[in-house]
Formats: sequence, structure tokens, C-alpha cells
Amino acid sequence: MWRFIGLRSLQAIPVILAVITVTFFLVRAAPGGPFSSEKAVSPQVQAALEAQYRLDQPALQQYISYLTDLVQGNMGPSFYYPGRSVDELIFQGLPITAELGLYALLIAVIIGSFAGVIAALKPNTMQDYVPMSIAMVGICMPSFLLGPVLVLVFGIMLDWLPVSGWGNSYGDKVLPSITLGAMYAAYIARLSRSGMLEVMSQDYLRTARAKGLPEYVVILKHALRGGLLPVISYLGPAFAALLSGSFVVETIFQIPGLGRFYVQAAFNRDYTMILGTTVFLSTLIVVFNLLSDIAAAWVNPRLRYQFKK
Amino acid sequence: MTPTSMQVFFKMKLSRALIPALLLSLFLVSCGGGSNESRVITGNQQGVLHLGNGTEPQGIDPHIVTGVPEHHIIGALFEGLVTKNPYTLEPEPGVAESWEISEDGRVYTFQLRDNARWSNGDPVVAEDFRWSWERALTPELGSLYNYMFFPILNAEGFATGAIDDFSEVGVKVLGERTLEVTLREPTPFLLQLFDHYSTYPVHPPTVLAFGSPSDRFSQWSREGNIVTNGAFTLTEWQVNSHIRVEKSPYYWDADEVKLNAIVFYPTENIVTEERMFRDEQIHFTNEVALDKVPVYRSEQPELLQIAPYLGTYYYLINTTREPFDDVRVRKALSMAIDRDLLVETILENLYLPSYALVPPGTLGYEPPETFTYDPEQARQLLAEAGYPGGENFPSFDILYNTQENHQKIAVAIQQMWMETLGVSATPMNQEWKVYLDSTDNFNYSISRRGWIGDYVDPNTFLDMMITDGGNNKTGFSDSRYDQLILRDAPATLDQQERFKLYQEAETILMNAMPIIPIYTYQSKHLKHPSLKGMPPNIMDYYNWKYVYLDASQ
Repeated sequence: MWRFIGLRSLQAIPVILAVITVTFFLVRAAPGGPFSSEKAVSPQVQAALEAQYRLDQPALQQYISYLTDLVQGNMGPSFYYPGRSVDELIFQGLPITAELGLYALLIAVIIGSFAGVIAALKPNTMQDYVPMSIAMVGICMPSFLLGPVLVLVFGIMLDWLPVSGWGNSYGDKVLPSITLGAMYAAYIARLSRSGMLEVMSQDYLRTARAKGLPEYVVILKHALRGGLLPVISYLGPAFAALLSGSFVVETIFQIPGLGRFYVQAAFNRDYTMILGTTVFLSTLIVVFNLLSDIAAAWVNPRLRYQFKK
Repeated sequence: MTPTSMQVFFKMKLSRALIPALLLSLFLVSCGGGSNESRVITGNQQGVLHLGNGTEPQGIDPHIVTGVPEHHIIGALFEGLVTKNPYTLEPEPGVAESWEISEDGRVYTFQLRDNARWSNGDPVVAEDFRWSWERALTPELGSLYNYMFFPILNAEGFATGAIDDFSEVGVKVLGERTLEVTLREPTPFLLQLFDHYSTYPVHPPTVLAFGSPSDRFSQWSREGNIVTNGAFTLTEWQVNSHIRVEKSPYYWDADEVKLNAIVFYPTENIVTEERMFRDEQIHFTNEVALDKVPVYRSEQPELLQIAPYLGTYYYLINTTREPFDDVRVRKALSMAIDRDLLVETILENLYLPSYALVPPGTLGYEPPETFTYDPEQARQLLAEAGYPGGENFPSFDILYNTQENHQKIAVAIQQMWMETLGVSATPMNQEWKVYLDSTDNFNYSISRRGWIGDYVDPNTFLDMMITDGGNNKTGFSDSRYDQLILRDAPATLDQQERFKLYQEAETILMNAMPIIPIYTYQSKHLKHPSLKGMPPNIMDYYNWKYVYLDASQ
């Protein structure tokens, strides 16, 4: 198992290096630079700015010094926010996005697996169709629609919850978490339904029932463990996707998270910030994929046995 | 159902339903405490203004940043030599309590007030200004707004590196509180420049404590470090969340400051901003979406604050490209646009049709009227240019940066050109920075543009179009125009005389038609009834000293 973890970690390094290299040269190839603006920039000012941000050096040299800095944990100064470093901005946005992602995932797992299991208990009845139809709508409903609808109903018409912000006023974390979690809840519902259906027809469940165990023990103790396996292996990538994909929700609710930094950086041609967030998020995705593999192995004895060999 | 299975059913249902319910309620409770009263209501009681402020400010170093959101914040934190009255836009004393102007209009002597202080208690002295201006003009800093100083003698030379010694620049400290400024030409709008944040002073010891004055990465302007001289001091700054400033006890006019604090929220999403306003999270919005205007007009007109704005929306024509190098073609295109119809159908009757570059009402300046909507003459001009009925006219693109309203306007104009002139244009959108790149490199035929004045004077619009001017972008060049803008107008002291010269220049410009004016901007905001002292004006300028909250509303 340790050997597996070590090998997978080593595999991650070339992936991340490729991400850095491609991003580094792509952002520089994009038309328009970090200092172009509607007001003309005089050649002297342009030269002074390029000198301050090392853009006057050859691209290869910039690339090498960027990598050297990165290895030392320094992602450089932001091109857009003078006086702020990329590290600082990322670590300011990360806890907020992580908290939002965690709540969204919590909502997604609770609602999703609940609905999926319920549906799987009586397949092809109303108990199956209703939650699964809702899940289908949930997958199809984009957050830029769901968010404003929730805001309109709970924020403005009912006036129960604030329409924007994060940690500024009572209950302002509820709507964004639900908005972000809804789509993932729908995915998890479908995953857990199919997982449960597969498990329900297995021999060991028949054995459990034959032993005379009450139905809820059969479900909770025996079926769930196998039935929710697909959900567990989905959680890692889902959390990484939540971290990198929360941009829309963060914009709708004015949340100062990482997603907004990421997208704004691209629009601003904030070279170091684009690189920093890309490297950071791709590392996260690699790590979470690895973690979910490990978790799946831990839950599934068959996989564990394969690793031992 | 047997009793046992009933029990099972209940047990399952209960436990399954309970766990998520418990977790959810836990999560709800953990989401912060406090009362349910809206921010606007508590703000009114505590004298705290909550404000939608557009995009997240890049920073608050007055010599580095360039945007309007930054301007609002810096205006609360710093003060220049003069300020403006928000009702009349006339200059009012700021750090300078008085000033004298020499007879030839070339030398300004400012007397600084002796009770002006920095937020650490230090007095604000003339040397602070001289030092700050040297910093702002130092080429290494790369200040985008350094041209605001160029009316000062030799300032341009110092900024471009032609002059190394700042003592040659026309800024002299005559005494601890006396500052003398010598100009290249008498510049009647000079006092307005000294109310622009790029000329605000910074606290030299603070800047030096955090590195070289020309270091853009310096931490001196961060919360906790920064020392300011305005009515408010910076207390909180969370990127993409909010900036909070609080009343400064050291400000010389602190008795006149009515607000205790201002909280600026970045509201780049104007739809969310409007919801924040409806939810009473903010007193004032930075913008109103165009399609919301009719709704507010008919239902709550008292919340809507709309005023003419010192900005023009226009199309650039690439005059270096055929067939647009022919003035008859350019005029035909401009005369074929029915601006009244455009304003009525697409712009919700909000903006004003425009037939010149300078917006009307620029402190007494009225732009010349050189042409009108005239489809008949437009067709004739195009025929004279060799394209009767649009025959053989090459198809071209109308370039705009990706935005819904730009698109609507481009589509409408495309149709007008097709119907009136028979020429075929294609609207083409590009992402903002790509669009800037295309225009900068003359890689366009027709391109959308907007320009907001830096100060209330025709010069802020007309000096764009001088030969090879950085914002010209059209290839337009006229020696008489350059002479009027660069030599004659700045040397003229009499305001009416000067305006006549600008009118002559603008007439030259509009007869050559390198740009097609389309409409004059309007500023638009939603304003809570309790918010007072923020009158509409052509600059959309706020003087925070005048602003107060009336809790009875």
C-alpha cells in the first residue's frame, strides 16, 4: 500500500510540471498584457512596469526563475494587485472556498445518498421515480439559475436569509452552500442508487436476510457499505471540483473565495496569479484523486488484497 | 404490515431523517450570530455608510492605481491641495487653505493650513507634497497617471527620463507650509488636477519604512501600515469582500465629517448588487443594470438617481485602412446612424444622443453642431466616394468588447448601415484584453470606445486626438488641431476665448470624423432614502465630508 502511494505521488510530479509549463507559455501567448488598459500607456511607463515585473527578460529565463521561486514556495507578486503576493491571495481565498465546498459536499452527501438509497429500496416505483427525477433536474439546473432563484425566494420574497456575503451576517452561508451542493447531490443520488441496486442483488445480502436480521440492519450495516462505494470514490474528485468550480456561486453571492481570484486573474492577465492558482488547484486535484483511491482501497477489501500482492 | 416491520419503517425513517436535519441545523447555527436587522438600518443608527463600489480595487496607493472604485476609497483616505464642492464642482480649500495665482497664470502659490495632519499626528507640510510628486513622476514607479502633472514645468521631462534632477521641475518648497508650482502654460483647469488622487500626498516616512519609493511591491499602503491625511483611515481590507474606513480624529475638518465609517463592497456583478440593495445590505449601488431602469422608473422612481455623466460612447474608425481613409465614407457612416431611435429602442431612453466628442455642459463649454442624422446626404456622400448604394463596398467588422449592450448597439448600427447605405458590417466581439490589443495595433476597421473625462474641461477629451496621441487610435492627424490643443488653448487665460479655440478644434475633428459619436453617458445609481449629501453631478463625484445618513427616513 505504501509503495502504491509513493508511486502515485511520483507520477504526480511530471503532471504538475507539464501544467506549469503549458500555462506559463500560454498566458504569455494570449493577446493583451497585464498592463494594457483603455488609457494609453506611454512607452516609458510600459518599460518601467516590465522591468519591475521581470517581463523584460527572455521568456526562458523568466520560466527558470519562476520555477526556482516556486520550489522555494514563492509564487511571486500579483501583477494586478500591487503589494500583494500570489501566496497571500490564495491562502486568503482558500479557507473560504474550502468551507463553502465542505458545506456543499456535506449537503450533497446527505441529501444525495439519502435520496439514492430511498430510490434503490423500491426500484421502478414512485419512491424511485420522484427522487431520481428531482436529481435529473438537479444535474441539469445550472447554479447561475438555481442561485438567483433561491435568492429571490428565500432572500427577497420571504426575507429569511441574506442575499450575499460570507460570514458578514447571520445565515449568509446557507444559500451559497445549497446552490453549490445541489448539483453534486444530484450526482451522488444517482451514484448511490446504482451502487445500492447492484449490492441489493448480491448473495451476501440474501444470507443476511436469511439469518433473520431486521431489514434496517441489512440495509444500514450490510448494503450501505458496498452500495456507497462509488460515492466514496467520487468524493475526492468532487471536492477538488468544488474548490476549483465555485466561481459562479462565488460571483452570484459575492464570496471572496479562490474561484473568483482564479477567473479574475485570467481576465486581468495577472500572469503570476493565473499560474499560482492553476498550479495550486491542479496539485489539489491530483492529491484528492490519490486520497479517494486510498479511501476506496480502505473500504474495499478486494482492492486492499490487490495492493498487498 | 406486521407490527415489527412498522417499527422498522419508523425507526429507519426517523433516523434517516433526523441525522441530516440535525446536521443541517447545526450548520445553520454555525453560520454566524447577530441580529436580523438589515445593514442599512443598523448603519443609519451608527453612522456607517454601506456602499456598492464596482470592482475590487487594485490597491490604494494614489500614485499607482487608476480606477474609479479606487478613486472612491482614496478620496476618503487622502486629501489633496484642493477638493471639490459636490453640488457645484467648484474647487474648495483642502490641505491648502488659500492660493495665489500670478498675473500670467503660470505660478501658483499654495498656503497649507497649519492644522492639517497625518493620521499618526504628524503635520502635513509642503515638503510632503514635493516628495510625493517626485515619487509619482519617478520613471521607475511606472505611474499610469503621471501625465496629470505634465502642465507643471519640466514634469514631463522628468517623467520620461530626459531630466534627472527634480529641482528643475516647477515645484518649490518656499516655507514649511508654502508650496510654489510653476507651469509650462497657464492651465485654467489646474486646480482640478490638484484634486485628482494622482496628485495626493503620501506620508514619506511610512513609504520609506517599507522600501524604495518606486517599489510597486511595497507593503506601505496595507491596512495597519498606511498613514493617510484624509477624513477617514483604513481599518479593514479583505480582498473581494470589503474595505472599511473610519473617521480620523486627526483630520483638520473632523467636526464637519458626519459619517463614522464607510464600508466599500466590491460589486462587480450588478445583478447581485441590485439584490443587495433590495435586501438593504447597501445604501447605494455603483450601477443599475439598463434593463432594471424601466422597472424602477415606473415603480420606485424615488430610489433611482440618474444624471448626465462626463463620458462619451463612440466608434473609432481606422483611417489608415481603405475605404475608411476617405472622409466622405466616414461621414456617410456617421450620418446614417439614427441616434434618437437607438436611444429610444435599445438604451431605454436613458442616454443622450451625441454628435460630438465632448459631452455638453462641461463647465460652460458647448460642443459644436457639425452634422445631424441625414440618410439622404449619407447616401450621396457614399456615392461620391465611389460606392453608390453600397456597391463594391468591402464588408467589414464592428469590433466591441464582450458585453450585451455593446452587442445590441452594434447589431442596431449594422442594420442602419445596411438599410440606409447598403454596406455590410459584421458585429464581432472580443474579450476585453484581446480587444484592447486589436485596437492598439490598428487591427480593426470600426471599434467601440468609451471615454470618461478625468476633469471637467474639454481638454480631457480633445487632447486624446492629437497626432500620435496614445489614445487617438484612429490615425487622425491635423496640424491645425495639434496647434490649437497643444499651444493656443493652454496659453489662453480667458475662459470664453479658450472655449472658442476648443470649439474650433472640435469642429476640425468632427469634419474629419475619425470617430463616430453615439451617445453621452449617464451615471445611474440606486440610493436609499436615508442617504443624503450625495448629489448627482457630471463627474459622478462624491465628497465624503458632505455625506450623512438621516435615520428618520
